[in-house]
Amino acid sequence: MLTPSRRGFVKSSALVTAGMLLPGMEISAMANVFNDKKLKIAVVGCGGRGTGAANQALKADDNVELVAMADAFQDQLDSSLINLQEAYEGTGKVNVKDQHKYVGFDAYKKAIDQADVVILATPPGFRPHHFEYAVNAGKHVFMEKPVATDVPGIRKVLEMAKVAKEKKLNVVVGLQRHYQNNYLAIAEKIKENTVGKIVSGQVYWNNAGVWVRPREAGQTEMEYQMRNWYYFNWLCGDHILEQHIHNIDVANWFIGEYPISAQGMGGRQIRNGIDHGEIFDHHFVEFTYPSGAVISSQCRHQPGTWSKVGENFQGTKGSIDMKDAGTATILDLEGNAIFEHRGKDDPNPYQVEHDRLFASIRNKEVISDTENGAKSTMTAILGRMATYSGKVVTWDDAMKSEKLLVPKEMNWDSTPPTMPDANGHYVIPTPGTTDVFV
Amino acid sequence: MNSRNTSLLLLSLLGLFSGFSQGTEANDYQQELTGSDLVIDMISIPEGKFTMGSQEGEANRKADEGPTHEVEINAFWMSKYEVTWELYNLFVNRTIDAVANTAKGTDVDAAVDAIAGATVPYVDMSLGMGTEAGLPVGNVTHHSASAFCDWLSAKTGYFYRLPTEAEWEYAARAGSGTAYHFGDDVAALDDYAWHYKNSDNTYHEVGQKKPNPWGLYDMHGNVAEWTLDQYLPDVYQKRAETSLNPWEPATTEYPRTARGGSYDDDAESLRSAARMPSKERWKMRDPQFPKSKWWNTDAPFVGFRIVRQAAVPTPSKMKKYWNQ
Repeated sequence: MLTPSRRGFVKSSALVTAGMLLPGMEISAMANVFNDKKLKIAVVGCGGRGTGAANQALKADDNVELVAMADAFQDQLDSSLINLQEAYEGTGKVNVKDQHKYVGFDAYKKAIDQADVVILATPPGFRPHHFEYAVNAGKHVFMEKPVATDVPGIRKVLEMAKVAKEKKLNVVVGLQRHYQNNYLAIAEKIKENTVGKIVSGQVYWNNAGVWVRPREAGQTEMEYQMRNWYYFNWLCGDHILEQHIHNIDVANWFIGEYPISAQGMGGRQIRNGIDHGEIFDHHFVEFTYPSGAVISSQCRHQPGTWSKVGENFQGTKGSIDMKDAGTATILDLEGNAIFEHRGKDDPNPYQVEHDRLFASIRNKEVISDTENGAKSTMTAILGRMATYSGKVVTWDDAMKSEKLLVPKEMNWDSTPPTMPDANGHYVIPTPGTTDVFV
Repeated sequence: MNSRNTSLLLLSLLGLFSGFSQGTEANDYQQELTGSDLVIDMISIPEGKFTMGSQEGEANRKADEGPTHEVEINAFWMSKYEVTWELYNLFVNRTIDAVANTAKGTDVDAAVDAIAGATVPYVDMSLGMGTEAGLPVGNVTHHSASAFCDWLSAKTGYFYRLPTEAEWEYAARAGSGTAYHFGDDVAALDDYAWHYKNSDNTYHEVGQKKPNPWGLYDMHGNVAEWTLDQYLPDVYQKRAETSLNPWEPATTEYPRTARGGSYDDDAESLRSAARMPSKERWKMRDPQFPKSKWWNTDAPFVGFRIVRQAAVPTPSKMKKYWNQ
């Protein structure tokens, strides 16, 4: 079922503009004439998403191989490798020697050392450290969103974004709507001034919620939190960050700015059991932009409630309706559809991310998604600070926060930054009382 | 004895002598699910013979719809509506497993807890189109639709499965030989179906449009519906002049056949003879590896409805229907 070779999709603007595009010749194949080095890939974080990203990277280019893997857990790494080995049997693309399977908190360093291109797909709390190491080591990067869970992490990623640019390293961030045709089509229409100036919008990630991994006998507190990571802020950042970032990021992208302030409300009413750590099950935030635009953002994890994942925007000339099914519509002020993107044959945005990344490496171009990835992550953190505190939080104040969620050094016996009380409950943020800056 | 049981008894007697040739309202029944308020309306479909495929002159006809050939179909029941999210979520959540069904049938002897359940998805599988009462389930894989039938059979004691492609077309046509069950005039389609031009890019509550002559709703449009069959574009060429209950068991995951077209399709894809092959891209945005066997990520337009044969098959044949 898998097609290991995915030539043909790759586009090279540089080659096209240089007038070198020969009829009937595949561009990626031609690029390889200039750069036929076998690219070594390492994956850091071997869960379903890391394995999925590795699969897409292996399909994106003919001359690549997976050489190293790192994960906190041996079992997760092993099952990931077995799945990839089965899928790529006979292709020679999966070559991870036993000594290049690295397990534990420091495993990422050795895996990154082995590779030309690294995939960073652990829970987001670790991302700033992993990204810093990869950039300092001069590696091209695909990293999943969000890119941090705290503000010091954001500052670190922004600092490394500059280093990556100086070193001409490609960085693709897994905000895949930037690689998805319906969103790209609307971004183009906004540039053409089809909707005028965006003055308001509503962005949503409302659904039933995600998996829960209950505590098991014999686990240290650290191991339990690492397994059930979605429910701990230092690892996950809360679902306003971990999932809803996609929709908030679309608002930033389409408006062309980042918010100056946020205020909101939230809490946990349904998902408040002992297996549910410390995160909220709903957030509602108003983000105010420098242009005056206001975006309402809502995310909810409550089964049986109205579900919607998508974005709506209102402009001075028309409105935009982005649906998660891959469509996009622009209506004029009278409600007539003036643009429709049907999306039926659009490519897989997760694959396009990797196709573009590897083509860019081959063509000696530079993709720099980092700064936007960091600032959209920061926007979601700003929203979280607003819902946890119940106060108006400004971007400038938030960016100065020294509050560190993620410890600098960790091992299996470390005490995690949040600990349960005698009944197994964690401290839940209380609007009006919680100080999100200390 | 309530009327449902009476009609079931009557039908099983009739089935024994394979005698009933005409569906009557009296043979319709409601499948109850103890532990839930939901019921499944089942419409009796008479045994009979029909011409499968489209005539060469039919507008927008595709090559895989021919040649036309005669097909005989044994009697069965088909659900009046497409399976809804509410109904499907009983299978996902599995909380009613603990409640034994009253008036449980004896056609299927299986333990509910032995059946693997669909994983709880990471994202909203309705893609924002909603899962409220009456909305049809979408984004379910062929595997999970079949597993739902397996589970429903264990729960109720009656044998439920997906329809074969032939059964589906027979029921959709309901005696008609035209492009749609109401005729050839596409202008009337809005009365019977949700399709691209009238759907506002989303599926709608089942049963809002007019039914077909046999009382089945949304056979055209709303969500496309899984059938049991592998999609073989040239299979009609290989069929005998008349075949009985044809079924092409699936041996590979792709492509399998969905029928009826959807809210996301143009009118021509909603025709009774139109065949829709499943594609790998229906799962393309599943970010995980391996991809989920339970959920599609890019096919909110594909759901299913269920059937129950009048003649109960052997337990090993049942397994063949559920586990392709």
